[in-house]
Amino acid sequence: MTFSADTRFHRQLFLFNGLLPAVLILIDGWRGKLGANPVEFVTRATGVLTLVFLILTLLVTPLRKIYGWNWLLKQRRLVGLYAFFYGCAHLLTYLAYDRDWQLVTVVGDVYKRPFIAIGMFSFLLMVPLAVTSTNAMIKKLGGPRWAQLHRLTYYVTIGGVLHYWIIVKSDVTYPFFFAVVLALLLGYRVVMSIKKARGAAPRAS
Amino acid sequence: MKDRSHIPSSEVTPEETFLNRRFFMKSAIWAGSTLATAGLYRTFSPRPEVKNTGAAIATVAEPSVQTALAADEKVNSFTDIAGYNNYYEFSTDKSEVAAKAKDFVTNPWSVQVGGLVQKPRNFDLADLLKFESVERTYRFRCVEGWSMVIPWVGFPLSKLLNQVEPLSAATHVAFETYYDIKQMPDSRYAGIDLPYVEGLRLDEAMHPLTLLATGLYGKTLPNQNGAPVRLVVPWKYGFKSIKSVVKITLMDREPPTTWSLANPGEYGFYSNVNPKVDHPRWSQAHERRIGEMGSRPTLMFNGYAEQVAHLYKGMDLSVDF
Repeated sequence: MTFSADTRFHRQLFLFNGLLPAVLILIDGWRGKLGANPVEFVTRATGVLTLVFLILTLLVTPLRKIYGWNWLLKQRRLVGLYAFFYGCAHLLTYLAYDRDWQLVTVVGDVYKRPFIAIGMFSFLLMVPLAVTSTNAMIKKLGGPRWAQLHRLTYYVTIGGVLHYWIIVKSDVTYPFFFAVVLALLLGYRVVMSIKKARGAAPRAS
Repeated sequence: MKDRSHIPSSEVTPEETFLNRRFFMKSAIWAGSTLATAGLYRTFSPRPEVKNTGAAIATVAEPSVQTALAADEKVNSFTDIAGYNNYYEFSTDKSEVAAKAKDFVTNPWSVQVGGLVQKPRNFDLADLLKFESVERTYRFRCVEGWSMVIPWVGFPLSKLLNQVEPLSAATHVAFETYYDIKQMPDSRYAGIDLPYVEGLRLDEAMHPLTLLATGLYGKTLPNQNGAPVRLVVPWKYGFKSIKSVVKITLMDREPPTTWSLANPGEYGFYSNVNPKVDHPRWSQAHERRIGEMGSRPTLMFNGYAEQVAHLYKGMDLSVDF
């Protein structure tokens, strides 16, 4: 069996590496090694991990088209679910430590702080994507409709990067890095769709 | 025509070798990806454990000048205080500053005191250490929403200002931090204009709580905490307490200050700790005390209202924030 056909191996590899940061955070937390402000660190780490996994899902299509790594497609759902997993962890950290479980205050917070509103909106957009990630749901929705729904990932990621950019006090190096990568990934899709439209036009006439 | 698809059996990899190679490849991918993921995590995770290597400073006892801390307020550990710093000249990552500021040269040092004064002069390190030092344990509230309790060592700024004799025209005091991009290469990512500048009204600067700190926990300041000399204004947000001071200038107008230059809508000249005036992007009503998991209500003037509220009588603190 060649590497690209060894789906079981890919699955194990992605499952393990996706979970590893969460395990390391838990171990560090248990040993009291999360620095002076553990809450701030966990909030930032889970937020950044959400963005990382979102970006990774968006990387799959270009890598397939450019390098022919079609085997990646079978792991994309797992990567996307990891984005949702870390997004949930990020939201829970906020609810537990920033809001002290005073869920009523979340409404006011969303209203008052635009970056919270953007973050919350992006998270809520991820919920239907996670719910419709099962094979049964894909079948039920039908391929094209499912694909259309899952293009929401673009907006989730844009929202995530914006959310990160706004909260930073002055050093935007990391959010800028994410913004550049995201721009490249979205730019690639724009270029491809233009090419496709041009290619299709002569045949249509 | 020769059949190119036919491979002689001598060239076929024996099954055992093939499986071994695959096992080796898989193991390498496992190890490589695990190391990469864990390594990436480690790069961004905090690395505390800071040793107090400062030289001891002798202090004298003094009658208390402040409201006592509440019974449940504990002094933060040295590792907390010296391992979690906002010092953008070195890094914007608070747990990175200690390592990045390790080799910062703070001796020789000179603080140039001038402007609207009778006797301008430079104070070198020895001059500063000649002032009678006291220990002051203050709350320290960062504008970001976290706080600590820090046992500073230093002397009231008023003692130094009295030596240079401010002119009657002087109304404000401007401060400037040392800046050298060669020693602070990461400052290019700071996103704020440097050198860092701060300012106080003269009556704030002369207030007995306002300290020029040369140490903490009984020893000279660690570089990351603003060695060799920094300002401490306990009733204002932490960024007012400018680090590694090289210049103090008496003026007849409000001096520019770094954070209000960077973002005038978010950071004002006064920046008094005030639970009722929120930062535009977050609430200031509560704070997270480093070392605690829950949050505490933020106190007006950081708990020093009794000592300083009179300075702001008649002012609208939501306008002069």
